[in-house]
Amino acid sequence: MTWLDTIIQGVLLGGLYALFAAGLSLVFGIMRLVNLAHGDLIVLAAFLILVLVTALGLNPFVATLVAMPLMFAIGWALQFFLLNRTLGADILPPLLVTFGLSIVIQNGLLEGFTADSRRVSVGGLESASVALGPIHVGVMPVLTLASAIAVIIGLNQLFYRTSLGRAFRATSDDPVTAGLMGIRPKRIFATATGIALAVVTIAALYLGTRANFNPTIGPARLIYAFEAVIIGGLGSLWGTLFGGIVIGIAQTFGAAINPEWQILAGHLAFLVVLLVRPRGLFPRAVD
Amino acid sequence: MTDVSTTRWKVETRTKASAAFALVAVLISLLAFAAPFLVSRSVLQDLFFILTMLVLAQNWNLLAGYAGLVSVGQQAFVGFGGYAMFALVSLGGLDPLAAVLLAGVASCLLAIPTAFFLFRLQGAYFAIGSWVIAEVARLALAQWKMLGGGTGTSLPREATRDMPALKLVGELFGVKSSGAGDILTYWLALLLAIATIGLVYRLLRSKQGLGLAAARDNQEAARSVGVDARRMKTLVYLAAAFGTGLAGALIYVQKARISPDAAFSVIDWTAYVIFIVVIGGIGTIEGPIVGIIVFFILQNLLADYGSWYLLILGLIGIAIMLLAPRGLWGLFAERTGIQLFPVRRRLTGGPVSSSKRGGARG
Amino acid sequence: MALLETKGLTARYGDFQALFGVDIVLDQGETIAIIGANGAGKTTLLRSIAGVLANQPNAVLFDGEPVGVLAAPDIVARGIAMVPEGRKLFPSLSVEENLLIGRYGRAVKGHWTLETVYNLFPVLKERRVNPGTALSGGQQQMVAIGRALMSNPRVLLCDEISLGLAPVIIKDIYAAFPRIREAGASIIMVEQDIGQALKVSDRVYCMMEGRITLSGVPSELTREKIHAAYFGVA
Repeated sequence: MTWLDTIIQGVLLGGLYALFAAGLSLVFGIMRLVNLAHGDLIVLAAFLILVLVTALGLNPFVATLVAMPLMFAIGWALQFFLLNRTLGADILPPLLVTFGLSIVIQNGLLEGFTADSRRVSVGGLESASVALGPIHVGVMPVLTLASAIAVIIGLNQLFYRTSLGRAFRATSDDPVTAGLMGIRPKRIFATATGIALAVVTIAALYLGTRANFNPTIGPARLIYAFEAVIIGGLGSLWGTLFGGIVIGIAQTFGAAINPEWQILAGHLAFLVVLLVRPRGLFPRAVD
Repeated sequence: MTDVSTTRWKVETRTKASAAFALVAVLISLLAFAAPFLVSRSVLQDLFFILTMLVLAQNWNLLAGYAGLVSVGQQAFVGFGGYAMFALVSLGGLDPLAAVLLAGVASCLLAIPTAFFLFRLQGAYFAIGSWVIAEVARLALAQWKMLGGGTGTSLPREATRDMPALKLVGELFGVKSSGAGDILTYWLALLLAIATIGLVYRLLRSKQGLGLAAARDNQEAARSVGVDARRMKTLVYLAAAFGTGLAGALIYVQKARISPDAAFSVIDWTAYVIFIVVIGGIGTIEGPIVGIIVFFILQNLLADYGSWYLLILGLIGIAIMLLAPRGLWGLFAERTGIQLFPVRRRLTGGPVSSSKRGGARG
Repeated sequence: MALLETKGLTARYGDFQALFGVDIVLDQGETIAIIGANGAGKTTLLRSIAGVLANQPNAVLFDGEPVGVLAAPDIVARGIAMVPEGRKLFPSLSVEENLLIGRYGRAVKGHWTLETVYNLFPVLKERRVNPGTALSGGQQQMVAIGRALMSNPRVLLCDEISLGLAPVIIKDIYAAFPRIREAGASIIMVEQDIGQALKVSDRVYCMMEGRITLSGVPSELTREKIHAAYFGVA
């Protein structure tokens, strides 16, 4: 029974990693941009939620709803005024600018909030659990996975059922011809990054409530997100969820054997997938 | 009429400035070797820091600026080099100097399997993949209980004290072993820096260097004229791992204390290095040299401001990348046309430049 | 007043100058054809009008207003749509989505809707859920034309519609043009097929090396005149 328990905990943890990864996957899919500050932006959103909860006394879920449009605006402006200027054939500018941004956000947060560990309290909900047959699972982890699934369904609907989604795909295919259709690629890219950061805010809610966080943990979240995207195969959001679950299960199994092996086991699972299926398990995008 | 048979085209890389600079460079090197006779121990330690960071920067520049391999995981080789040296000295009882050399080889060996994984990833994914490798190395070495596990360990005193080379230096300068250690590691760092710059310069001037530049500019076209870009990139990756590992091992001989978090720090060994190269000018040998000087000045000015220091460094890096992507040296070279380490090939001689178009000499 | 006019339009790609002071006029309801050899500057002319290449403000006048500096999305919003050379359908979009993207972000009024475009090219309705790029060349060209029509343009720019298509297909596609004109669009078409160009246009401009070398109504243009304008006088 403990193995089953470990697997279920791993699947639920995978939901968190899929939430980390969804925004990264979205932005890469539309503009081939990999944002090295993605993890730090998750942490930034977690601090934003923390501030809303402590300063305004909001419920964390309400605070997340308030934070989402703010993060959307930050993402929009970041892309429109900064990152759009780095796009092009040369991969150096986007990588080095987002790497610089990662350092700036981390140290800005350190200056504002110190290196102390924080946590967002959800009023006893973090310790609540429900019985799934013989297994007890936490309410928050279940909510995390449910949110991940909801986000992926939502993003897929947006992508394949709306006019904005068509514009995303058209711009990704050919920005010049998209311009002839009346699409402004720079605004499309800004909107995409805005949406990615709104998703990041949801991820931040669960990051901030399930464990302690501090300004320096961003890069590790970027790495988990990246591993989930690569395992799933570029361009497939369901693949990304699956990739997150693979990392999650590997980590819970690693931790079950020796708590110090949790993170290492996740990385090793990623390397094994890279070894046997270099294009990921569900490749779709052709690059 | 121009007699074609007497006017030959010549491909040259040398410029007037570079010939003069070559002389200056020799003088600077001689002066630098004499530094232990001239400056205090704390200045020597600063110079050691500058030289080892310069080696890391030249290696990263070789990867990113010339081979187009943007790694944010070079701390893997700094840390692995450091740990390999520690293992050889503490557990194997080797002389630290021999251990440094072997640690470089060990880093290069580590690069073989990691290249196998990383070269399956393109561009930005290569970057994050390299970071994963560094994390794996950090987490794995934190499990090595004989070297202190997660908390780390120190070099055994007698191992460094009993080095024959150290005794020699100590007698030469009449100083105690700790002072002699600083002098010795400084000389090694200087040697390593000169060798790195020399080798990078030679590589870039060689046929292979030309192929590398071609592959960076246009991989498809380069392949069509027979440049095996993948093989070249792999060789550069292995060479950079060797150089980075040597520097890492040397840094930890001087520090004499190692821990996984410090040895595999992305800030110390990669972020700083990237800023040095970006500020100075990526894709040139001069860039990292300019960058390390600017970096050292900034660090001394801003070190007291804690995280503001890194924040400002990040903003400067972003601004340079957007406004002057060729860095400070790039701006300078553009204005003046001066190249100290000329690797660009220029066509000289021939009928056009010598007589026909010039007219005046005809 | 002319509907669309270029005045001394120049264009360059880096050091290479592609257009040298081109003046053309398109009147309301007219169809004009631009002919010329490869590299004469025909496509550059259309791309300049469409806003893909930037210009001096007064180099292009639309409804008497200077539109030369406007970017492509602003040009479409004003009512000039383009069928680009090589069709340029979006591979990630189905046929119907390719059509819908033609009116992205605007509530456009006018004759052309999904329904009327499907009436014009019935085969597209059958293939509406297929990826645009899975269609035959002729069908793809229909999608590209339909996509431009969806914005109900007052001026339609067509670049090399017949390129790479079989004669029978070309005939089918050109059969749609009378209905496009009836619905109110004025048309500038770039065409290599001189016979086709003379047949469908009210006036013809011939270009060579970035300049207009000949213009007139098709009935007045003799073979010799066109030959001279095309290749330069011997």
